[in-house]
Amino acid sequence: MSVLLVLLIVFGIGLVGFFVGRQRARAKETVGIKVHSRAHYHGWWVFLVTVLPALLFIVLWTAGSSIYLEHSAEASLPPQTATSALASRGLALDMVKSLAAGLERLDPTERQNLPQSYTDLRALLGTKGVALASEGQDYMLPIAERWESQAITARHLGAGIAFALAVAGLIFGLSGIHPRARARNNVERIVLWGLLAASTIAILTTVGIIFSMLFQTIKFFQDVSPWNFFFGTVWDPRFADAGSGGAEGQFGLIPLLAGTLYIALVAMLVAVPIGLFAAIYMAEYATPRVRAIVKPLLEILAGIPTIVYGFFALITVGPFLRDMSAAISGGPAFIMSQSVLTAGLVMGIMLIPFVSSLSDDIITAVPGAMRDGSLGLGATRSETVKRVILPAALPGIVGALLLTASRAIGETMIVVLAAGVAARLNINPFDAMTTITVKIVNQLTGDLEFDSPQTLVAFALGLTLFFLTLAMNIFALYIVRKYREQYE
Amino acid sequence: MTDATYNSSAAATGRPVRRDIGIKRRYAAERRFRLYGIIAIAIGIFFLFALLSSVISNGYTAFWQTTIELPVKLDEKIIDPSNQRATNPNVLMTANYPVVVRNALAEKLGVAATDRPAMREVSKFFSDGVRNQLREMVVANPSLIGTTQTIPVLASGDIDSAFKGQIDLSVDQANRKVSDQQVGWMKKLADEGVMKEKFNTGLFTYGASSRPETAGLGVALIGSLYMMLIVLVLALPIGVAASIYLEEYAKKNRLTDLIEVNINNLAAVPSIVYGLLGLAVFINLVGLPRSASLVGGLVLTLMTLPTIIIATRAALRAVPPSIRAAALGLGASKTQMVFHHVLPLAAPGILTGTIIGLAHALGETAPLLLIGMVAFVVGYPTTPMDPATALPVQIYMWANEAERAFVERTSGAIIVLLLFLAVMNIGAIILRRRFERRW
Repeated sequence: MSVLLVLLIVFGIGLVGFFVGRQRARAKETVGIKVHSRAHYHGWWVFLVTVLPALLFIVLWTAGSSIYLEHSAEASLPPQTATSALASRGLALDMVKSLAAGLERLDPTERQNLPQSYTDLRALLGTKGVALASEGQDYMLPIAERWESQAITARHLGAGIAFALAVAGLIFGLSGIHPRARARNNVERIVLWGLLAASTIAILTTVGIIFSMLFQTIKFFQDVSPWNFFFGTVWDPRFADAGSGGAEGQFGLIPLLAGTLYIALVAMLVAVPIGLFAAIYMAEYATPRVRAIVKPLLEILAGIPTIVYGFFALITVGPFLRDMSAAISGGPAFIMSQSVLTAGLVMGIMLIPFVSSLSDDIITAVPGAMRDGSLGLGATRSETVKRVILPAALPGIVGALLLTASRAIGETMIVVLAAGVAARLNINPFDAMTTITVKIVNQLTGDLEFDSPQTLVAFALGLTLFFLTLAMNIFALYIVRKYREQYE
Repeated sequence: MTDATYNSSAAATGRPVRRDIGIKRRYAAERRFRLYGIIAIAIGIFFLFALLSSVISNGYTAFWQTTIELPVKLDEKIIDPSNQRATNPNVLMTANYPVVVRNALAEKLGVAATDRPAMREVSKFFSDGVRNQLREMVVANPSLIGTTQTIPVLASGDIDSAFKGQIDLSVDQANRKVSDQQVGWMKKLADEGVMKEKFNTGLFTYGASSRPETAGLGVALIGSLYMMLIVLVLALPIGVAASIYLEEYAKKNRLTDLIEVNINNLAAVPSIVYGLLGLAVFINLVGLPRSASLVGGLVLTLMTLPTIIIATRAALRAVPPSIRAAALGLGASKTQMVFHHVLPLAAPGILTGTIIGLAHALGETAPLLLIGMVAFVVGYPTTPMDPATALPVQIYMWANEAERAFVERTSGAIIVLLLFLAVMNIGAIILRRRFERRW
C-alpha cells in the first residue's frame, strides 16, 4: 500500500469525521441550552484530531523505517576489501536499494522462481523497465530480498497503526461533542500553532542553508587545508577517477574572488551612474506622464530572467565588442568574446533598474520641506539635488548600492555564459576571468560524488559566497534602517 | 567709486545692469545635469530595446520550420526484406526508414541511385527525425507497407538555416555546411512548391535532441509546469500563514525579530545558494532523485517564499485597523477576524505578489543547474519524480550548442519564456488595477 493511498484514506476518515461531527453538533444545538461553538467548529475539531496524529505518525514512521532498513542492510554487507569491484560501501548500498525497489515490480509467479545470479535478475528487471548498474554482485540478492520483505512489512504495519490512530481520533473527537465543549478555541489554538510553524520555515531554511553547506565544507577542509583554500592563488581542481586518489588538485579561492569582484566592479561602474541619474531625473524633473512611461520600461529590465541576459552577452554583446576591437586595432581583436568587460557590461544593464528604483524611492522620501527651502533660497534644481537632496539621501543610497553589489556578486547565469571558465589573476578587463558562481556550477554539473574534494569544494565556495552577500546585506539593511529613523 | 560707475552705466543704457552672479553658468550646469538624466534614461531604454530586438530578430524564424511534402513509397524490400514482421515485431522497430525517404527524395530530384556522392548529399538534405516519424506511422498501421504516402519530411538543420537565408551562400562551398548542389535542389523544390516553411509545432512538442530540427521544448514546458504547480501549492499557503502570524499574532519578541531579519536576508541570498541547499538536503540527505521536477519545485518554493511573505505582509498591513476593530466589536474571535475579514480584503494584493513570485521562479536557472536539471530528457515526464528539464535550463543547454540552427531555437525558446512572463506580469497588473482598494 503506497504512502499516498494511506494518506488519502486517512483524509477520507477525517472528512467523514468532519461531516458526522457537524451533524451531531447541529442535532444538539436544538436542545435549547446555550451552545459554546458553532457546529462546523465541532466538525473541524473532529477532523483535526483524526488526521493530525495519524499524519504525524506517518511522517515519523516513513523516515524511521527507511533509516532502519538502510542500517540493517549496511550491517549485512560484507566488509569492504581491497579487491572489491565497487569503490565504496555507499555505492553498494545504493545498488541494493535500487534492486529492492525493482523487486517490487515483479509479479508473484516471478517472485517464486527468482533468478539466483545478479546478471539474470538484471535482465529480468530490465524487461520491467528497471535499469540497474552492471557492476552488481550476487551477494546483493539476498540482502535486497530481505530489504524488500522488511520494507513491505514495515509499510503494512505502519498503515495499520495509522488507520488505528485515525479511527481512535475519530471516536475521541465524536464522543467529545456536547454543547458546552469549547471546540472553537481548540481549533483556533491548532490554527495558531500551524501559523507559527509556517513562519519558522524561514528560520529552518536559513539553518538548512548554513548547516548543509557547513557539513560539506568541513568534510572538504579535511582534505584541503583552509589556508590553501582561502589564500591559494592557483585554481586547478583536477578531476580524478573515483577511488584512484592520486591526483590532488589545488583549490585557491583568490583567482575566483578576484574575478567575482572585478566583474561586479565593472557592472557597478555601468549601473551606478546610469541608474542614479535616471532615478534623479525621474524623481526631480520628469512630469508624471513621462514617469508613468519610463519607470515601467526600466523595470522590465529587472523582470527579464538572467539567462536571457547571458544569452544576449554570448550572442550579441561579446561578438560585437570583439569585432569592434578588431576594427579599432585594424588587426587581431584585443577584446575577447568572453571577457570581464562583456560580463560586467551586461550585468550592469541588468542592475540599472535595481539602482534606479531603489534610489528613486529614497530620493522621493527626502522631506519636501528641504527641497522647497533650497529652491526658495534661489538654488537651481541641480544645485538642490547635489547640495541638499543627495547628502540627505546618501546613507540610503549607499545601502541600495550595497544591496545591488551583493546581487552582482551572487549573479550566476550571465557570468556562466559570458565570463569564461579560465581561473587566472589578471587586470586586463578585455580578458576572460571566472567567478565563484561559475565554478560552483562547473563543479556540480555532471557526475557527482559526495566524497571527493572536487565536489565538496563547491560547498565551501557557496558558503563563502553566502557569508559575503550576507555581510553586505546586513550592513546595507543596518544603514537603511538607521537612515529611516532620522526622518520619521 | 564702483557705485558711481554702476549708476552711470545704468543711466546710460536706461535699465539696471545686474551683477554677474554666474547665472548663465549655473543655468548651463542645470541644463547639463538635466541632460545627463535624459541620457541615462535613454541608455537604459536603448539597452532594453537592443536586448529585445536581438532576441526577436534571432528567434522569430524558429517558429517556422522548413518541410518537404514528399510522396514516399514505403518499400517492403527495405523495411522488411525477409518478410518477418508477422513473427518478429522488432523488425518494424529497427527498419532503416531514412533510406526509404532518401530514395523517394532522390527520385524526386532525379538523382541516380548509383551516384554515391550525390546520394550522400541527399541523405544530409532531410532530418534523421524521419526515422521516428515513419516508425510510429508504420508500427501503428503495418498495412501501410508497400503503399505510397505523402508525408511532411523535415529538412535538416543546415538546410533549414540555408532556406531561411541565415547561411551566407557567397562564401566558398568548402567553408559552409551546405553544398551548391543542395542549394540547387533547394531552389528546385521551392519552385515546385513542395518545400516550404510551416508553423513549427515541433518546437513545443519534441523533447531533447542533438539535431536542432527535432529539438523542442516539450519536456521543458511540462517540467516547468510541474514546478510552478508545486511552488503554487506549497509557497502560497505557507507564505500566507507565515505572514498572518507575523502581522496579526506575533508579539514583539526575540523570536519574531529573528524571523523578520531572516526573511529579509533570505530574499537577498543568491539563488545559486538555494541550489546547493537542494543538492545537499533534498538529494543527498533525503534521497530524492536528481533531475526531478519535485526537487526543482521544492528549491524554487524556498526561494519564492520570502517574496510572497513580503508581499502578503504589505497587503495585510494595508487593510485598515477599523475593519479589525469592527469585526472584534461584533464579537468575532481573533481568528475569525483574520480569516473572515482581513484575509479576503488582502487577497488581491496577495495574489499579485504570488504571481510576481511565480514569474521569478519560472525564469530562475542557476539553482536548477545544480540539482541536475541539465539532463538530456527525450520522453515526457509523467510524474514530478521523473527526470525533466525546465524552460530556462533548456535555454541554457541550447545556448551552449554551436550550430546556427540552435541559436535560432534558443532565441525562439527565450521568446516563449518572455511571453509567459509578460502574460503573468500583465495579469498581476490587471489584478492590481481592478481589485486594489484604497482606504
